[in-house]
Amino acid sequence: MKFWPEQSPLFPERATEIAREVDAIYFFGLGIATIFSLLIAVLVVYFAVRYRRRHPDEVGEREQAPAWLELVWSIIPLGILLVMFAWGADVFFKARRAPADAVEYYVTGKQWMWKFQHPQGAREINDLHVPVGVPVKLIMTSEDVIHSFWVPEFRVKMDVLPGRYTTLWFEVDRPGIYRIFCNEYCGVEHSLMRGSVIAMEPADYEEWLGGGQPLTALTRTGEQVFAEKTCNTCHKDEAAALGPSLTGLFGTEREFQDGSRTIADENYIRQSILEPRAHLVMGYQALMPTFQGQVDEEELTLLINYIKSLQD
Amino acid sequence: MSELANNFGRRLHYLNADYGVKSWLLTRDHKRIALLYLASISLFFALGGLMAVGIRLELATPGADLVQPDTYNRLFTMHGVLMIFLFLIPSIPATLGNFLIPLMIGAKDLAFPKVNLASWYVYNIAGLFTLWAVAQGGVDTGWTFYTPYSTTYSNSYVVATALGVFTVGFSSIMTAVNFIVTIHRMRAPGLTWFRLPLFVWAHYATSLVIILGTPVVAVTILMVAAERILRIGIFDPALGGDPVLFQHLFWFYSHPAVYIMILPSMGVISELITAFTRKRIFGYKFIAFASVSIAVLGFLVWGHHMFLSSQSVYAGAVFSVLSMLVAVPSAIKVFNWTATLYKGSVSWDTPMLYALGFIGLFTIGGLTGVMLATLGIDIHVHDTYFVVAHFHYVMVGGAIMGYLGGLHFWWPKITGRLYPVFWSKFSAIVIFVGFNLTFFPQFLLGYLGMPRRYHVYPADFQVLNVMSSAGATILGVGYLIPLFYFFWSMRYGERADRNPWGAIGLEWMTGSPPPTHNFHEPPTVDWDAYAYLPDTPGGTGEAWDAAKPTSEAPEHG
Amino acid sequence: MAEIHAPGLAHHFDSYQQQKEAAFFGMWVFLATEVLFFGGLFCAYLVYRSANPEAFAAGSRELDIVLGAINTAVLIGSSLTMALAVHAAQVGKRKMIAAWMGATILLGGTFLGIKVVEYSHKIHEGHFPGPNFVWHGPEVNVEMFFNVYFLMTGLHALHMIIGIGIMLVLIPLAWKGRFTPESHNYVEGFGLYWHFVDIVWIFLFPLLYLLDVG
Repeated sequence: MKFWPEQSPLFPERATEIAREVDAIYFFGLGIATIFSLLIAVLVVYFAVRYRRRHPDEVGEREQAPAWLELVWSIIPLGILLVMFAWGADVFFKARRAPADAVEYYVTGKQWMWKFQHPQGAREINDLHVPVGVPVKLIMTSEDVIHSFWVPEFRVKMDVLPGRYTTLWFEVDRPGIYRIFCNEYCGVEHSLMRGSVIAMEPADYEEWLGGGQPLTALTRTGEQVFAEKTCNTCHKDEAAALGPSLTGLFGTEREFQDGSRTIADENYIRQSILEPRAHLVMGYQALMPTFQGQVDEEELTLLINYIKSLQD
Repeated sequence: MSELANNFGRRLHYLNADYGVKSWLLTRDHKRIALLYLASISLFFALGGLMAVGIRLELATPGADLVQPDTYNRLFTMHGVLMIFLFLIPSIPATLGNFLIPLMIGAKDLAFPKVNLASWYVYNIAGLFTLWAVAQGGVDTGWTFYTPYSTTYSNSYVVATALGVFTVGFSSIMTAVNFIVTIHRMRAPGLTWFRLPLFVWAHYATSLVIILGTPVVAVTILMVAAERILRIGIFDPALGGDPVLFQHLFWFYSHPAVYIMILPSMGVISELITAFTRKRIFGYKFIAFASVSIAVLGFLVWGHHMFLSSQSVYAGAVFSVLSMLVAVPSAIKVFNWTATLYKGSVSWDTPMLYALGFIGLFTIGGLTGVMLATLGIDIHVHDTYFVVAHFHYVMVGGAIMGYLGGLHFWWPKITGRLYPVFWSKFSAIVIFVGFNLTFFPQFLLGYLGMPRRYHVYPADFQVLNVMSSAGATILGVGYLIPLFYFFWSMRYGERADRNPWGAIGLEWMTGSPPPTHNFHEPPTVDWDAYAYLPDTPGGTGEAWDAAKPTSEAPEHG
Repeated sequence: MAEIHAPGLAHHFDSYQQQKEAAFFGMWVFLATEVLFFGGLFCAYLVYRSANPEAFAAGSRELDIVLGAINTAVLIGSSLTMALAVHAAQVGKRKMIAAWMGATILLGGTFLGIKVVEYSHKIHEGHFPGPNFVWHGPEVNVEMFFNVYFLMTGLHALHMIIGIGIMLVLIPLAWKGRFTPESHNYVEGFGLYWHFVDIVWIFLFPLLYLLDVG
C-alpha cells in the first residue's frame, strides 16, 4: 500500500511489512478522528455563532429529541468502531504470530541494557545484527524488572517480563540501523536503555557472524549444561528412564496427571525446570528436584535451546 | 435575632452564620466542607503543577540538563500521584458535588454530614502521608506502581506514598456512599429520578465506580506494601509471585478511575450547556443512561492497558472490542450536547467557553482513545507520548476544563460574588490555546517513537518537545489568572443575585450564598430538569418564571 | 420549620423512617465496598491456587481443621448473640442490648484468641511467609499459600478487632439508654457489619482449611 510517502517528518520510516499495515490502520483511525473532531468543532462553532443570545431573557427553542436520531448516532459510530476493532485485531494477530520458519534469537533485558544471543551462539549487548528478508523471532525475558522492547521503524513492541518468556517478531526489508527503546519504565536509567537493530544483507550478516567482530563464541553449549546439571541421568531416551524423554518434546501436547494438557513451549520448559511439580506428566513420579536458584537465565536459555534442538 | 439576618442586618447565609476557625473545622455543613476541600485540592493541584513545570523544563532539551535522572523519575511520579489521587479524583465530586448535590435535590444536607467532614480529614491525612513521602525524597515508580520494580527494586519512599493512596481511597468511598444514599433517599417531593439534573446522574454513576473500584486498589496496595516490607512474595516472580496479576488488579480500579475523573465533568458540562442555551438538553434519558453505562462498561475494559503485557492475544481482542463499546455512550453524550446548541439561545459567558472547549478537547481525547484501543495501533503507540497526549486530553482537556467551567458557573452561588468578565474569558482562551500547544505535539512525538517517562531523548525529537514546553508555559499562566481574580472577587467582586445566569435548577432558587440549611421553605418540584419552556415535557413555565433574569420575584431563600 | 427536633433525629432528615432507611442503605453500600475489598484477595487466591494446586493442598493440610471448625462455630454463635442484641434494641431493652453485645465481644475475643494460637503455631513452625519461611516437603511455592492465608485471615481478624472496638463504644451508650425502639440505627447497622464479617469467614474456612478433604 503506497498511498502516502515513505518518508515524512511526522512518522518514522517503515522497515517492515507490518509497519505498513500498522500505518494503514493508523491513518484510517486518524482519518476517522479528524472527520469527527472537525464535524463536532464546526457544528459547535456554527451553532454558537448562529444561535447566539440576542436578548437577556431569550429562551432556546423546544427540540424534542427523536429516538431515531439517537439510534443513528449510536449505530454509525458503533459500526465504525467495530471495523476499527476487526482491522486492528487482524494486524495485531499478524504482528504477534511469528512465521514457523522464523530464526530465533534470545533477548535478556536487564537494568539497563539489552543482551542478545544469536542462534549460532554469538552474543551482543545493545546491538543486534540481523539479516534482512529473514523473519526474526525474539524470545525475551528479563533478569529484574519489566522492560519493553520497541523498534519504532518496525511498529512492534512487547513487554519483557522476569520469570517468563514473551516473543516478538519482525522481518526487516531494507538494511539500516534502527533504534531500540525500552518502553516500560524500569528505573533510573530507563531512558538510556536503548540499542540498535543493525539489519544487513544476508551475505554481510554471514560475514559479520564469522568475521572479526568481538563476538564471544559460546563457552558452553546447552548440551554441556544439560550434563553439568545431571539432567541426562533421568531424561534419557530409554523406556526405563525415570524422567520423560525430551526428544521431539518441543511443540507437542503434554498430558498431566490432573488431566490438564498444555503445549510444550518455552514457558512450559522453563516452569518444568524451575517448578517441576507444578505439572506432572502422565506415567512419571514426582522425583525431579527444583532448579530454582540453581540455574541462571543464561543457562535456562541454553537448556531450552538444547531441548528444542532434540528433534527426531 | 431574625432567622433571615445576622447581627449587622445582613442576610444570613452559610458563610456569615458563624465565624471562627472552629466553626469551619468542625462544620457539618456540606457547603463549608466543599470549600475546605476546595482549599485542600487547590494546594495539591498547585504542587502537581509545579512538578509538571519541572518535567517540561527538563524536556526542553534532549540531554540531562536540569535534574538528575533519579530526580526526573520522582518528578513525573509525584506529578501523577498528586494530580490523579489528590486532585482529579476528588476535584469535582468533593467540591462542586459536595456543594451542589443537596441543593440540586432540595435536601438540607448530605445524608451523613459527620462522615462528610471525616472524609475531608481523611483526605488531608492522606495528603500528609504523600507530602511526607515527597519531603523524604519522593517516589520513583511511576504512579502505576508496577511490580516488581515497586516492591523490590525501587530505592524510594514507596510505602509512604502507597499509604497516602490507600488512605485517600477511604475518603473517596466516604463521599461516594454519602452521595448514593443522599440521591436515593433525600430527594425533594416530586423530584423523580428522571427530573434530576444530569449533574446528579453523573455523580451517581461516579459514586458507583468509586465504591466498587476503590477497595480493590486499596487491597492491591496493601499487598504491594506487604511484599515490600515483609518480603512476602505476591507479585515478584523472584519470590514466586506474578507481576501481571498486579497489573490486572491495579487497572481493575485505575481504568474505572478515569471515569471517576471524567463523569463528574460530563455532568458539569450538561448543566453548563443547558444553562447557556436556555434549552432542555437534547436526549435527557440518553445522557443519563450513558453515564451509567460508561460506569458499568468501565469495569470491563481494564485489560486494554495490558495488550502487550503477555496476556493472550484473544484476551486482548476481547478487551479491545469491549473498549470500543465504551466509546458509544461517550459519542452519544457529545452528539447530544452539540445538538442542544441547535436553536438554543447560546450565550458566550465564561463558563460556556469552558464547556465548548471541553466538547472539542474531549472529542479528540476520546477518539485517540479509540485508536489506542485498536490492537493494531496500540502495538506501536503503547506507552508512548501518544498515550500521554491522549490521557491529558481527557484529564486536562476534559476533567479540568469541566472543573474550571463548573467553578466559574457556580462561583456566584458559592461566594455570592461575581468575577471580572474580561479576565475570566481571557484566561479561558489562554488555557485552551496553551493546552493544545502543550499536548497536541505529543501525539506526533509518540508516533514518531518517543516512549513515555524518558528523561533524555534522541535529539530529533527536540522541536516537538520545545513546542510542548512552550505551550506548558502558556497553560501555566492561564491557570494562574483565575487564582488571582477568584481571590480578588471574594472581597471586591460585584455582589451576585440569586440567579445571575438566569438558569433553572433548585440551587438557583435559593439565595447566593445559600442559607445554612439551603432552603427556608423545603422545595417541591413539579417540573422536569431544564424546563425553560411551558411546552417542554413536564414544564409548567413555573420554573422559568422563577429563574428569569428580568423577574422581580421575591427570593425564595 | 420545626425548631425543636425529636430526640435522635438529625436536623436534615424529615422523619425517623427516612433517617433509618438512609442509615441502612449507607451500610449496605459500604458492605458492597467491603465485598470488593476482600474480592481483590479472593482473586489473588484463585490465580495462585490454580497456578500451584499441589502447594495449596499441601499448605492447607498444615492448618488445624479442628481449631478452624471451632472458630467457625464460635463466630456463628457470635452472629446469633449480635442478632439478639439487635432484637433487644427493637423492643427497647437497653440492658439486654449491652448484655448481648458483651456476649458477642466474648465470642469474638474467643475467636481471636484461637486465631492467635494458630498463628503462633505457624510462626513457630517457620510458616510465616518472608525470608525466614521454611518448608521441608517436596512441593514448590507453598509459601504462596501462607501469604494468602495470613493476608486473608489477618484482614479478617482486623475487621473483627475493629468490630469489637465499635461495640466497646456502643455498650455504654446502650446502657445509658441512647437507643430507643424508634432510633437505634447504630445497633442495627453494626449488626449488618458483624454478620458480614462472619460471612467472610464462612468463605475463608473451606477455601483455606478444607482444600484437601475428601
